[in-house]
Amino acid sequence: MSIDRRKFIRLSGLTALGLAGASAGNVLSDNAVDSTEAPQTHAPLVGKRWAMVIDIRKCMAAPDCNECSKACHYVHNVPDFDNPKDEIKWIWKETFHHAFHDEGHEHIEEAIKHAKLPVLCNHCDDPPCARVCPTGATWKREEDGIVMMDWHRCIGCRYCMAACPYGSRSFNWRDPRPHIKEVRSDFPARMRGVVEKCTLCDERLARGKLPACVEACKEGALTFGDLEDPNSEVRNLLREHFTIRRKPGLGTQPEIYYIV
Amino acid sequence: MYDAGKVTIGLLIFLLLVTVPFWYNVAIGKADYAPQLEKPANAEQCIRDTEYMTAYHMNLLNEWRDDVVRNNDRFEVATDGQMREKSLSNTCLSCHTSKEKFCDQCHDYLGVEPYCWDCHVIPEELGQ
Amino acid sequence: MLEKAFSGDKRYWGWIFALLAVIGLGFIFYLRQYAEGLTITGLSRDVTWGFYIAQFTFLVGVAASAVMVVLPYYLHDYKQFAKITILGEFLAVSSVIMCMTFIFVDMGQPFRIINVFLYPSPSSPMFWDTVSLAGYLVLNALIAHVMLTSERQSIAPPKWIKPIIILSIPWAVSIHTVTAFLYCGLEARSFWMTAILAPRFLASAFSSGPALLILLCLLLRKFTKFDAGKEPVQKLAVIVTYAMSLNVFFILMEVFTVAYSSIPHHTAHFEYLFLGLDGHSALAPWMWVSSALAVLALILLLNPSTRRKEGILVFACLTVFASIWIDKGLGMVVAGFIPSPLGTVTEYTPTFPELMISAGVYGLGLLLVTGFYKIALSVRKELPT
Repeated sequence: MSIDRRKFIRLSGLTALGLAGASAGNVLSDNAVDSTEAPQTHAPLVGKRWAMVIDIRKCMAAPDCNECSKACHYVHNVPDFDNPKDEIKWIWKETFHHAFHDEGHEHIEEAIKHAKLPVLCNHCDDPPCARVCPTGATWKREEDGIVMMDWHRCIGCRYCMAACPYGSRSFNWRDPRPHIKEVRSDFPARMRGVVEKCTLCDERLARGKLPACVEACKEGALTFGDLEDPNSEVRNLLREHFTIRRKPGLGTQPEIYYIV
Repeated sequence: MYDAGKVTIGLLIFLLLVTVPFWYNVAIGKADYAPQLEKPANAEQCIRDTEYMTAYHMNLLNEWRDDVVRNNDRFEVATDGQMREKSLSNTCLSCHTSKEKFCDQCHDYLGVEPYCWDCHVIPEELGQ
Repeated sequence: MLEKAFSGDKRYWGWIFALLAVIGLGFIFYLRQYAEGLTITGLSRDVTWGFYIAQFTFLVGVAASAVMVVLPYYLHDYKQFAKITILGEFLAVSSVIMCMTFIFVDMGQPFRIINVFLYPSPSSPMFWDTVSLAGYLVLNALIAHVMLTSERQSIAPPKWIKPIIILSIPWAVSIHTVTAFLYCGLEARSFWMTAILAPRFLASAFSSGPALLILLCLLLRKFTKFDAGKEPVQKLAVIVTYAMSLNVFFILMEVFTVAYSSIPHHTAHFEYLFLGLDGHSALAPWMWVSSALAVLALILLLNPSTRRKEGILVFACLTVFASIWIDKGLGMVVAGFIPSPLGTVTEYTPTFPELMISAGVYGLGLLLVTGFYKIALSVRKELPT
């Protein structure tokens, strides 16, 4: 029954009309990011190794901006707990000192010292979380490098959280549903007792859309693309700028790069 | 067997007790109850035969789950030639809008509690 | 044989019902945790493992320590341990069951644990830990059962059990080694990433386990007709002494490496444990007590004149047990998470429900130990002397 992508692209034009009726766009919110349920007119975004480049300078220019996090948490039914104990976050702003724990020093540039920059799952090439998962509920997707999660399979042992060197994973200590500000139906919520994290918007890529955070960023600080494509925008940025990654010494090979 | 008589009476009482729900339903006249499934108003035909869906929809949903989550394979062409998203919330519930009048009918009757709804959101309940 | 656990005097039943009450209370709190989620524990996004996993780790050690009586008895034919070997094996069985229960209560989705077997993941130490623990349980239950049955029938144990007993020896070492691998392979947690973690685990296990066994033997002597004998208890005391010395030695190795190199993300955890970090020092008093107890235990144990006095030995065993319980059952797991990989300090304190659930699990273990020992001793009493 299933078809491959190529066939899908051919067929999608023909069936777009049929699907458009079945999936009325979501007009619940005036959020910067539109619904993933929109008509199927785009071919999926396909890459061999997805990566993201984050320009810290642009984030610093808008210190109070939190659009990336707001958009992501909205499209993914991420609950909002007002306490750090139960907290769940996929992408959020962290101080330079925390994000790059080993990099800072006493006399570091004043602006950097107080800078807040977005952190998220690094979608490592050698992800420790996937290595330790006892059920294969988290794994690296070989075709494009996304570190995926299967919330149906997760047993909630939280070994991945102990293994992640970036604090990118959250656990549902309690039922998240009552704490989701605006529940959407086109993306599942989670149940208590499972771990969750950013999946680089795999559901949006399949519909030809950029990750929600990238789309929502008004400063253009986030650039998403295929690292294997030498002409991609991320490769251009990496060629032209000095970039750093979080804890490169651990050998996990993070695929989120930061322009300082 | 010792005390054959007492044991037999004991067994009979046990049988009676475990079958109480049946007798209860007969007594209140609900013995011939059958679930009433509301058919979608906006669609002629399901993505599979009704017979198949009645018996195996859970298998199909499990297959879809693995296809979408684990194999990045999100769309299919159904028997009616239409392209569909393999999605409970976005495809199934777009026709069968009411979980209460469709899914719950049999599930409640049979006493099964699938955990789909712990995470998957029912669009109708959001008023969308 | 099982029926022997169901007959006893008033004191026996009083003890059993007290344990059942503790288990029942723990179960009620577990139902609450099951309904509300692990939010009722003190765990958080930063400290994701706490009291449950720490008790699990500690008890894997107790389970593995059975090898300290099995090995001398079966491999070196050390006859003095004939009477207590079965006690060690039953202690192992009970401890493994407690370990499994602690894992169960720590899971976010406990009824999906079956997924570990449905989707076996050889790259995960947790998969291997599950396999090794389950195997160890089967081995010890089988060995204890076969040996006790033979003893009851006054016949020699079947020949096929010998290779299984031999297998249980390296298997005991493996369960605690794999448990150490759970922690020491994580690049994210400098505190655990030390090659000496598995040796440390084994040393602390081989001191705390036999210390507990000594205490159990002496309790049995006090409350039953069973007498383990003076010499086996002294032999166990020597084992505790050597293992405790090694344990303290290994900890000092660790402290030297960390302190001398003074790499911040290594020292930070020790700083938190012993001195406090960013004004947080909840564990520091505990760790100092643990260290003081370890020193005191060594003084009492290394000195033959004090070790040989049973009254003092009991005290020394209690200090060994308490010292290692604090180190492994409180400090070791939690300190791995503090500070977090981002350098923040979020403290962890087990909550009341968490402690009650843990007490319930320990109650279950004690109930099993009691029942097993009752069976073993009853079988013995039937033997013609």
